[in-house]
Amino acid sequence: MSAAAQDSARPAGRDPGFLKRVWAMVVKEFVQMRRDRMTFATMLFIPILQLTLFGYAINTDPKHLPTAVLTRDDGPLTRAVLAAMKNSDYFAFTRQVRDPAELDAMLRSGAAQFAVEIPASFERDVRRGDRPSLLVIADATDPVATGTAIAAMQGLIDTALRRELRGPDAAVEARAPPFALTLQRRYNPEGLTQYNIVPGLLGVVLTMTMMMFTALAVTREIERGTMESLLAMPIRPVEIMIGKIAPFVLVGFVQMTIIIGAASYLFDVPIRGSVGLLVLLSTLFAAANLAVGYTFSTVAENQLQAVQMTFFFFLPNILLSGFMFPFRGMPQWAQVIGEILPLTHFMRIARGIMLKGNGLADMRLDVLALVIFLVAAMGLALLRFRRTLD
Amino acid sequence: MTKEIAIDVHGLTKKFGDRTVVHDLSLQVPKGEIYGFLGPNGSGKTTTLRLLCGLLTPDAGEGTCLGYDILTQQDEIRRHVGYMTQRFSLYTDLSIRENLEFVARVYGVPNPREAAKGAIARLGLTGRAEQLAGELSGGWKQRLALGACILPNPQLLLLDEPTAGVDPKARREFWDEIHSLAAEGITVLVSTHYMDEAERCHELAYIAFGNLLARGTAHELIAQSGLRTWVVSGPGLHDLAMRLDHRDGIGMVAPFGNELHVSGRDHKKLDAAIAEAKKEDGAHRWTRGEPSLEDVFILLMDQVKDNFQ
Ligand SMILES: Nc1ncnc2c1ncn2[C@@H]1O[C@H](COP(=O)(O)OP(=O)(O)O)[C@@H](O)[C@H]1O
Ligand SMILES: [Mg+2]
Repeated sequence: MSAAAQDSARPAGRDPGFLKRVWAMVVKEFVQMRRDRMTFATMLFIPILQLTLFGYAINTDPKHLPTAVLTRDDGPLTRAVLAAMKNSDYFAFTRQVRDPAELDAMLRSGAAQFAVEIPASFERDVRRGDRPSLLVIADATDPVATGTAIAAMQGLIDTALRRELRGPDAAVEARAPPFALTLQRRYNPEGLTQYNIVPGLLGVVLTMTMMMFTALAVTREIERGTMESLLAMPIRPVEIMIGKIAPFVLVGFVQMTIIIGAASYLFDVPIRGSVGLLVLLSTLFAAANLAVGYTFSTVAENQLQAVQMTFFFFLPNILLSGFMFPFRGMPQWAQVIGEILPLTHFMRIARGIMLKGNGLADMRLDVLALVIFLVAAMGLALLRFRRTLD
Repeated sequence: MTKEIAIDVHGLTKKFGDRTVVHDLSLQVPKGEIYGFLGPNGSGKTTTLRLLCGLLTPDAGEGTCLGYDILTQQDEIRRHVGYMTQRFSLYTDLSIRENLEFVARVYGVPNPREAAKGAIARLGLTGRAEQLAGELSGGWKQRLALGACILPNPQLLLLDEPTAGVDPKARREFWDEIHSLAAEGITVLVSTHYMDEAERCHELAYIAFGNLLARGTAHELIAQSGLRTWVVSGPGLHDLAMRLDHRDGIGMVAPFGNELHVSGRDHKKLDAAIAEAKKEDGAHRWTRGEPSLEDVFILLMDQVKDNFQ
């Protein structure tokens, strides 16, 4: 009590030193903050970026899902069904196909997320009251992406047919519904979310760790002063780059083994395709990220900047790649950005191999995108790398 | 003969922004010589060494190192020149052995392990090979850096203040090593601040504010300077120095321990000023002395300061 009284008896004004010293510190910190452009930019842009991405880009009610149609009948009822689907905004008809194999291929490669198969004599059977079956296949690798569209489907087609059947076939119309909808949730029939998340996680972990490793590679040499010696030695920039990337490919390989192992033993995610192919393409993806990190480190002026850059890059990767939110739920501009990011393509590759059992041919565009990315990042790094201290 | 010249550059100029850091510098270093490079901090020594080994590109000028063009044959230069940076630039998180093996591999030395082992023995570091380079004392760090430089058998060594912050004994050993390398025919260009080291060089160049002000052997530099020096001893030297400074005829007053060096270029005026001072108080002993290199350099710097500031 007396101690407290003494303390309060000594007013703050008696020790002006305290506030002055705090103020001195505050002023210094502000000056340094302003000098460090990159930190300043991070502070301003991260909130803006997050706001835009979360606010505008993310939509868990995806519309205009690409749909393939296999029609063996083209009576007015068939046309009514297709028109109703199209008018609902959920489906965008990508292509009319002739045989089931083509339909399967489109689903595997991701060119279509839905497929509708209208059987021969659909028209006749409906009018007869035979309740023919209408097959709808949804790519359920990402259950969220197709969920609402599936829910809307039954009612949609029902309404369309009833409108069409008014008049002579009103008797059929009265019995509901005039057809049987067979829904096939392909690749993930139980709609398990871990089927979708675990393969994606493989890509996310690789992106984060790989990039961080190499992002520090060049800046660390510069900051520690070892770059001056290194540059005076007879070693070429491409040799430095490959020498710095290669060890981490091995690290990536170990990480990959752990995640793939956990995916199948802990989370029961199937690996329907070839494990070898998955490992090979994961290595390609790891290399692409290492190259991006290395490019950052040739641009950044210090290690902190390099870390900030990887964070900048990581954010859109995780939000716009289809990892967190359905890719097709995003507006067009966000999808365009997404297509440029390596994680987007790897996400398709990993889900494709693990859930759909895809082979190389089904994913050649995504693989090509990763290769282009790798080459471009390395080329940029070599362009940026300065062999002198000028 | 050009064959006998290791470094031959003309008109080297380097600018950072609109600041000229090295200005119209020409330098010829004969093969097998130890060439000292002196000058105050920020005068452009490091920049010059970097220009010579291809780490910086000159804005003007041309020349050769070991016969290789510094503008076009940097790869050759990298292979044959050992550059020891001012700041320790080996990997502090690698051991002595690992650092040396890395250097040996990059330079393509056959059997890097053996080469590193040999270098460690030569450095007298056997038994400490596994110690991290970052844990070494200043003197040992410098020796290791020199060891790494000479491991690939360079013909030219560029050493940037290699003994800064190193104790006298280690410095002595370092210089013994440099002399034995020169005896093997290696050319050494070494920058330094120490006058005793300057005197151990075969030839010297003095640079200030990016301008090469003087070249030659220590004797030549002293003779060229035309400097006459008086040595004063006695009480109250500091007060005396204050009184003498800037008097007509006195170019420079510098304390050396318990003595004062009073120097000037105009011998008549200097002697007159000193006669004057002797009259003012008789407490001091005045003797004619030899000007030291340091006297010469301080004078050079004072003059150049007047020209450039
Ligand atoms: N990379 C650089 N960018 C800008 N200025 C530099 C750079 N390197 C050196 N300088 C400036 O050039 C001048 C000469 O530096 P330096 O060659 O290191 O001198 P010294 O080695 O003789 O002390 C100094 O004023 C230094 O600040
Ligand atoms: Mg220097």
